[in-house]
Amino acid sequence: MAFKLNPLVATLAAALALTAVSASAVTLRVGNQGDALSMDPHSLNESLQISVVENVYETLVTRDAKYKLSPLLATSWKQTAPTVWRFNLRKGVKFHDGTPFTADDVIFSYERAKGDGSDMKSYVGQFKEIKKINDHTIDIITIAPFPIVPELITHWAIMSKKWCEDNQATKPVDRRKGIENAASFRANGTGPFRVRERQPNVRTTFSRHGNYWGKVTGNVDEVIYNVIGNDATRVAAMMSGELDVMEPVPVQDVDRLKANDKLKVLQGPELRAIFLGMDQKRDELLFSNVKGKNPFKDIRVRKAFYQAIDIETIRTRVMRGAATPLALMLPPQVNGFAPDLAKRLPFDVEASKKLLAEAGYPNGFEVKMNCPNDRYVNDAEICQAVAANLAKVGVKINLEAETKGTYFPKILSRNTSFYMLGWTASTVDAHNVMYPILSTPGDGGRGQFNLGAYSNPKVDELTDKVASETDQKKRNEMIREAMKIHQDDVGHLPLHQQALNWAAKKNIELVQFPDNGMAWKFITVK
Amino acid sequence: MNALKRWLNSDVGYSFRQSPTAMVAAGIAFVCLFCSVFAGWVSPTNPFDLATLELSDARLPPAWMEGGTTKFLLGSDDQGRDILSALIYGSRISLIVGLASVVLSVAVGVGLGLLAGFKGGWIDALLMRLCDVMLSFPAILVALLIAGVGRALFPNANESLAFGVLIISISLTGWVQYARTVRGTTLVERNKEYVQAARVTGVAPLRIMVKHVLPNVMGPVMVLATIQVATAIITEATLSFLGVGAPPTSPSLGTLIRVGNDYLFSGEWWITIFPGLMLVLIALSVNLLGDWLRDALNPRLR
Repeated sequence: MAFKLNPLVATLAAALALTAVSASAVTLRVGNQGDALSMDPHSLNESLQISVVENVYETLVTRDAKYKLSPLLATSWKQTAPTVWRFNLRKGVKFHDGTPFTADDVIFSYERAKGDGSDMKSYVGQFKEIKKINDHTIDIITIAPFPIVPELITHWAIMSKKWCEDNQATKPVDRRKGIENAASFRANGTGPFRVRERQPNVRTTFSRHGNYWGKVTGNVDEVIYNVIGNDATRVAAMMSGELDVMEPVPVQDVDRLKANDKLKVLQGPELRAIFLGMDQKRDELLFSNVKGKNPFKDIRVRKAFYQAIDIETIRTRVMRGAATPLALMLPPQVNGFAPDLAKRLPFDVEASKKLLAEAGYPNGFEVKMNCPNDRYVNDAEICQAVAANLAKVGVKINLEAETKGTYFPKILSRNTSFYMLGWTASTVDAHNVMYPILSTPGDGGRGQFNLGAYSNPKVDELTDKVASETDQKKRNEMIREAMKIHQDDVGHLPLHQQALNWAAKKNIELVQFPDNGMAWKFITVK
Repeated sequence: MNALKRWLNSDVGYSFRQSPTAMVAAGIAFVCLFCSVFAGWVSPTNPFDLATLELSDARLPPAWMEGGTTKFLLGSDDQGRDILSALIYGSRISLIVGLASVVLSVAVGVGLGLLAGFKGGWIDALLMRLCDVMLSFPAILVALLIAGVGRALFPNANESLAFGVLIISISLTGWVQYARTVRGTTLVERNKEYVQAARVTGVAPLRIMVKHVLPNVMGPVMVLATIQVATAIITEATLSFLGVGAPPTSPSLGTLIRVGNDYLFSGEWWITIFPGLMLVLIALSVNLLGDWLRDALNPRLR
């Protein structure tokens, strides 16, 4: 018993010492509508998850405050052959537990990110292997020539090989299969913040890593990340001064917060495209009253759905103008966007009815729609509006709107017929949409988020070509062609690009990334 | 008519006539029930029929305010639903779920509590440990589990089955309180003279339980049950938010309140205030009725 007591006393003493020090420490209280599903950086390829976890874990390449590529755990890189990229790794970096960072950790993280249960396969799926040259030099060998390797790996986080092995966390946390491990709740990265206490879906406390290798421009010592799902409660917490930063600001409350002289609202276009997907693979839909065939395999049905959606009223009424309707699966800010294709099929109830009748569903049919209710701006409201739109052409939607903790495991295991998803091209390049969203699902993360399994061999071929083409003009033409084919196929139903809305106290300086990332190291409290 | 007259002349009926509170509460509860049952006739529109909703009608204020129209007397919600119709249809769902789950949990809870208190011994021990286990799980968690299992068993469940799952999951967590309360009072009652007298005269145990003990333990149960109706309605709203309850396309009162909450700060108060008032009205009238009923049925106060 005495043996057990000692560490406890030690911890207490340490805690006391810490409180004494933190009297002058700068604490940042962040409020968000949702939580990272786990602390594992390879478990979910989702903007919020990435945004939180990348304060703790770091990648080889990152984006700086101006969203330009910049070195992080790699100091420099160059393409030494068409399929070979050499990365020089930073020396003298230590993980939070003190283990030095070496090439072995990179290779381990590669195996982990491409292996079973990883959600990050699409970032490393283009790699054939990673060769260790020495402890601080590696070669990334790609399957085919791939010109944007550095852009591609800005969200592939490096974990400690030793820590993962010691903690039985060599496989990623996989919520789809209910697999949890030490990496769910604890973290050992190289980043400027470390996880101190985690209560999933309530509050997670992070503190500055004292021995961080780099220089941090911000002055935040401690971050308390609060999850406040209810919009009104979150806004109330912000206005009463209980929070320093919050995201997202509900669109209906933007004006109110702007009018508050202690607060400011940061707005900007988000790189994310919100769209609807349909199961086009199964011969019979899992959740529909149509038996023996899959109505979504018929392009007329997909087109009818598209034309039934009144996107303009959704923009003005549901989004209060804080959205830009999209005709493509990527917003204008992403490389490869073709302005001449940016024209939606017209909203036309009669045309939609006619298409459904031609397809053999004059009285419509019933299908279940899966939707999150705490992930995207007004997500459940949009789904309801879509359901009402579709009801007017005779399609009955059984709407299942739920919290993202149960929503993502469900749709990511393709347990859906009709779903909503948002996608941010994290490389700011169309390939990051074509490969995971438009390509036929396959190995190496191909089509990993093409949850309805839209498939067109021509798009697949173009995706491969785009991956290795270095001539920018030719490359953009190929992107355009693939986008056109997907658009003509009505492979997905693009909805809109949502606007970013953050609120912060006036004395806080922060950087808003267009992918909705919030890097605490850039935050200064004045 | 005759039955009503006879009832009004009975003991309970007399006390009803003497209590204005009970009469007002009964009146309100009756109106709510009537509207819910005949929603199809009473309500101006059918808010669950998605094809009739126009998104351009969304968030219109009540008729007496600037910008309001008589088409939407109490205003419209974020999807262009008429609040008045949504209230009527929503309270139907809430009342059905609330009442049904309370009735179910009272039946289970009182039965088991009575058995445990009256029989004692290993039955008592077993049932009370079961209660302990149930109490150690948060109600929402148990409800989520049941709803999850229900959904896994019937993936193509339609809405009515979803409500069945809701009712069962709420009542399965609710019965424990009744069982505990009833067991406690039964322990006291079973040693009283009137029970001993009944036993001595050779009345069968089951009859003693039902005829003699039960009326004497129902007081606290009535109070609990009336409070639980309101709690059940709120639990239903929570489950709906988590995606295992009523679908958002056919909102219950709780769902309406939750959705409306998001608009409190932006000034669209009617989306949440009216459903909130409705919930208060229902809960209050049921509570008052329960209060009166407890006094009227309490043999000690007769």
